[in-house]
Amino acid sequence: MKPPAFKYHAPASLAEALDALDAVGHDGKVLAGGQSLIPILNMRLAAPAHLVDINRLSELAYVRTEPGGVTVGALARHADVERDADAYAAVPLLRQGLRLVAHPVIRNRGTTVGSLAHADPSGEMTAVLALLGGSVDLVRKGASRTVGAEDFFAGPLESCIEPGEMAVSAYFPRLAGRTGTEFVEAARRHGDYAMCGVAAAVTLDDDLRVTRARAAYLSVSPVPLVLDLTEAVHGATPATARWADAAALAVLSIEPEPDIHATAEYRAHLARVLTERALRAAAQRATSTDVERTSR
Amino acid sequence: MTERMIGAPVPRTEDARLVTGRGHYLDDLGAGAYEVAFVRSPHAHARITSIDVEAALDTEGLVAVYLYEDLTGKVAEPLPLLIPHPALTHGRTAYPLAKDVVRHVGEAIVMVVATDRYRAEDACERITVEYEFLPPVVGIDKAAGGEHLVHADVPGNVAAHMVQEVGDAPAAIAAAPNRLELQLDIERSACMPMEGRGVLARWDEADASMRVYTSTQTSTGVRAAVAAKLELPLDRVEVITPDVGGGFGVKIVHPWPEEVLVPWAARLLGHEVKWTEDRREHFVSSAHERGQLQTVRVGFDDEGRVLGLDVEILHDNGAYTPYGIIVPIITSTQLLGPYKPGAYRVDFRSLYTNTVIVTPYRGAGRPQGVFAMERTMDAIADHLGRDRADVRAANFIQPHEMPYDHGLLFQDGRPLIYDSGDFPASLDKLKKLVGWDDFEVFRAQARAEGRRVGIGIGCYVEGTGVGPYEGGHVQVETSGKVNVATGLTSQGQGHQTAFAQVVADELGVPFEDVSVTTGDTRRFGYAVGTFASRAAVMSGNAIALAARKVREKALRIAGEALGADPGDLEIVDGVVRVKDDHSSAIPLGTVAVLSNPLRYAFDDASKAATQFGGNADPSRPPVAEDDEPGLEGRDFYSPPRATFANGMHAAIVETDPETAEIRVLRYCVIHDCGHLLNPLIVEGQVHGGVAQGVAGALYERMEYDENGQLLNASFMDFLMPYASEVPSVEIDHLETPSPLNPLGIKGAGEAGVIPGAAVLASAIEDAEGFPITRMPIQPSELFHLRRRHAAGEIPPLRRVRTAPEEFPTA
Ligand SMILES: Cc1cc2nc3c(=O)[nH]c(=O)nc-3n(C[C@H](O)[C@H](O)[C@H](O)COP(=O)(O)OP(=O)(O)OC[C@H]3O[C@@H](n4cnc5c(N)ncnc54)[C@H](O)[C@@H]3O)c2cc1C
Repeated sequence: MKPPAFKYHAPASLAEALDALDAVGHDGKVLAGGQSLIPILNMRLAAPAHLVDINRLSELAYVRTEPGGVTVGALARHADVERDADAYAAVPLLRQGLRLVAHPVIRNRGTTVGSLAHADPSGEMTAVLALLGGSVDLVRKGASRTVGAEDFFAGPLESCIEPGEMAVSAYFPRLAGRTGTEFVEAARRHGDYAMCGVAAAVTLDDDLRVTRARAAYLSVSPVPLVLDLTEAVHGATPATARWADAAALAVLSIEPEPDIHATAEYRAHLARVLTERALRAAAQRATSTDVERTSR
Repeated sequence: MTERMIGAPVPRTEDARLVTGRGHYLDDLGAGAYEVAFVRSPHAHARITSIDVEAALDTEGLVAVYLYEDLTGKVAEPLPLLIPHPALTHGRTAYPLAKDVVRHVGEAIVMVVATDRYRAEDACERITVEYEFLPPVVGIDKAAGGEHLVHADVPGNVAAHMVQEVGDAPAAIAAAPNRLELQLDIERSACMPMEGRGVLARWDEADASMRVYTSTQTSTGVRAAVAAKLELPLDRVEVITPDVGGGFGVKIVHPWPEEVLVPWAARLLGHEVKWTEDRREHFVSSAHERGQLQTVRVGFDDEGRVLGLDVEILHDNGAYTPYGIIVPIITSTQLLGPYKPGAYRVDFRSLYTNTVIVTPYRGAGRPQGVFAMERTMDAIADHLGRDRADVRAANFIQPHEMPYDHGLLFQDGRPLIYDSGDFPASLDKLKKLVGWDDFEVFRAQARAEGRRVGIGIGCYVEGTGVGPYEGGHVQVETSGKVNVATGLTSQGQGHQTAFAQVVADELGVPFEDVSVTTGDTRRFGYAVGTFASRAAVMSGNAIALAARKVREKALRIAGEALGADPGDLEIVDGVVRVKDDHSSAIPLGTVAVLSNPLRYAFDDASKAATQFGGNADPSRPPVAEDDEPGLEGRDFYSPPRATFANGMHAAIVETDPETAEIRVLRYCVIHDCGHLLNPLIVEGQVHGGVAQGVAGALYERMEYDENGQLLNASFMDFLMPYASEVPSVEIDHLETPSPLNPLGIKGAGEAGVIPGAAVLASAIEDAEGFPITRMPIQPSELFHLRRRHAAGEIPPLRRVRTAPEEFPTA
């Protein structure tokens, strides 16, 4: 479990990093928190000839909260985002999801943007970005583009980031209206990748009736899956809504794969149970959400 | 009189060093050594048709590449079968590097030596091995079916078949008023010490000697093996254990192939060579344990008393049997626990499979045996509608029946005779601790909140401190400091602390003045090893006996110096003094000077000693005929047979009615290991054991696919529980001293793990209302069991049928 030889680049600025990535092209990989990449190298599952370490790019170590949402720089650690009070106030789902990402020591190193780039469909932040309809800013030497969540994830462990390109930030929009969110999951051990996880967002109107109910799923699909479940609960109040019907509706669209920790049937069952729990809790949160504060 | 150290909760003196990174583990040594990596088989069963190393030869830093055919002398022979047994009719061991056929994923085929491990792995990647596939035998059913063979010359894959019988169990069962049959299944886990295996060897050409550092549980065993394999005189081989980051059984196996190959290469290359196992290697090339299928037939009376017990065990021993059949022998004898089984028959077959070898893992066959017996006790109770604790009590061996002879042979080949224990008292304490009699109140409260809970219980007896012997050496320096050595090793047990406590009391010296060396053949050449909960019993007693010898000699010499009768002397705080005249005294360091007629005045003690002049009788030799210079003593402890510790555990679990997740709410332990040398250490051992018990019941399992690929060979998917999964453990002790040894102690090292699977199965079953027969259990499986139960495929427990309102509908 030792990596094969690679050339190590330690750029001091974004411009230098982009130069290095441009020069090495296909043979290069960005090294962020290393919490996923280093094990992959040690097990020799990948053998990039060049590593471009972005840990000196302090210009990217930020969490910026604006009225519209939260922008997370590529060097912001999970822990930075999780603890940021403004970010939590604007987009509570960030902290709700992050507290389920691994353990504190891993969150101290791992980056939120890195976990999006890693594109593991069991990674909580992929579901958060997908549910919120966020986006990722990609930059290469001399060009940049913004990719929406729906296009960003190409497959399991595969994002649309191209050789020479780097993700510099991710944008997590604030949800409009009287909206509450919740993130629940079932993992074998505390902090493990979940057997199934559900991020939910429920929006209520001024009469506290459901106008929108959506959920995003972990570990049940190759890329983050977002389902609109409004039809099962539209017009109901959080107390009268038949969340179980919404969960049943969700399960129709889910075809999980089995693994050694959970059969496909059990995963689907978890998706149902957790959908109901997540929606109910999100709706509960929405009831106590201050509409003024959340309007854009 | 100073305070007694034995029995005091003395904090472990080694911990400050270990937890602040000042330990020295194997990989911390040998900075300039060449390093080794292996090409290991990716297939479970295959014939090697060709090995092409050509492409690796220009790897930067490559030093050497060895195949089987390069091995010389005894190194080219199969590894030893350590513990032969008449029932092991078809024992087979591996070659250090595979010869022709590989029999499990992970078997070493090519040894690569390079200037560092990175380069060694680079070279491994460039070596091509071609195979002709043979049908893999994976799983106990497949092995027992015998359609394909792991070893062509072992019919039916049966390594060993052994039957032990007391009375006529089938007849007793047939005649019993009640009968039950259970099919049980328990799967593989593994020791998983934090530090894997590792070896560093240094050949001294001028001295023609070999020094080996190895992360082992037996340095004397490795020494003998290396000397034999390399054909070196024993006195030219020394083996030292540095700090060892856990063993739990896997490091008692010796020699591991690497423990032979690394010294062999070091001598050949004339350079230090080191191999440090990585985690992936540990998963596929060390050892696992626990896999068994069991059939239990039992006949019992209306009180639940067992009249006849007939157990058939199919034991998975993996691809080879270097450690013999210790594990299934322990299962079949320790299964009996604290109970009188009536007539008993146990029949086991130990079967080859194309998987990693099976050797003892903490508990060593007992968790499986206890699982069989305790599932049976619960089944009897349920069948009769009786309280589970009452049925156990009805079967207990009573205190007045000790010593109790089961009429069977134990793992050490000696009679299975329990020396002590008070099982009714233990059960009483346990019921109080967990609140057994009030549980239905708790259950009802939980149910009112929509929660599902259950309580479980499990009892065990553990043969500990097996012989044949351990020794101890105690030496008082002229400074008064005391050096203690014992041959067995330490891998985290706190021996520095516990053995120093023994010496402090036995010799009468300050605890701080005692330093302990373990597992260093330079200091003590005769030893067995640290396993089978034997270190405290064996070395603890040996060291006590050695310390008594030193004490006796010190009193004799001091008596001469002080002109007093040794019988009137005592040793307190390192000073020998006349009991009723404390002014007449001499420090032990000074006694040490007097004990050696060669007196160079290096230190104050030597100068001080001159005042005692001593006998200068010119007609006598300076060292008397029956004496030796120096204030030191050596002794051995060799017990007639094992001493039996015991314990009873209870757990309360909660199972999520929707997600089927399982949580342990409480875990209670009553533990009897005789006199406690150090309650803190004993409780630490119990905590760690319980963690591994919970692990084996709810989290860990080796997940082999039908091709013999281990699907979860990393900590990502092999679910060793975190602190967040392990319940806090509530412990109460009972102390029934062992009559077999001077300190009255019994082993405590494995206790915590033994009934884990049994207790948690009992509790989950109680929560769910249908039988649990297979461990470990994960939420996904519980979910499917619930489905099958709801579909009528799994019948409810009787107690559910008779009082359905008390139980949940699944
Ligand atoms: C024990 C353990 C448990 C874990 N559990 C979870 C969990 O439950 N949930 C979860 O979501 N995650 C989990 N993780 C993963 C953790 O969140 C990682 O930190 C994260 O997935 C990757 O972030 P990183 O900064 O460490 O990226 P790295 O490991 O440095 O990189 C990962 C990949 O992303 C690429 N990359 C990183 N940053 C960029 C960038 N800015 N631009 C382009 N490409 C980039 C790298 O090239 C690499 O391919 C766990 C990790 C461990 C070790």
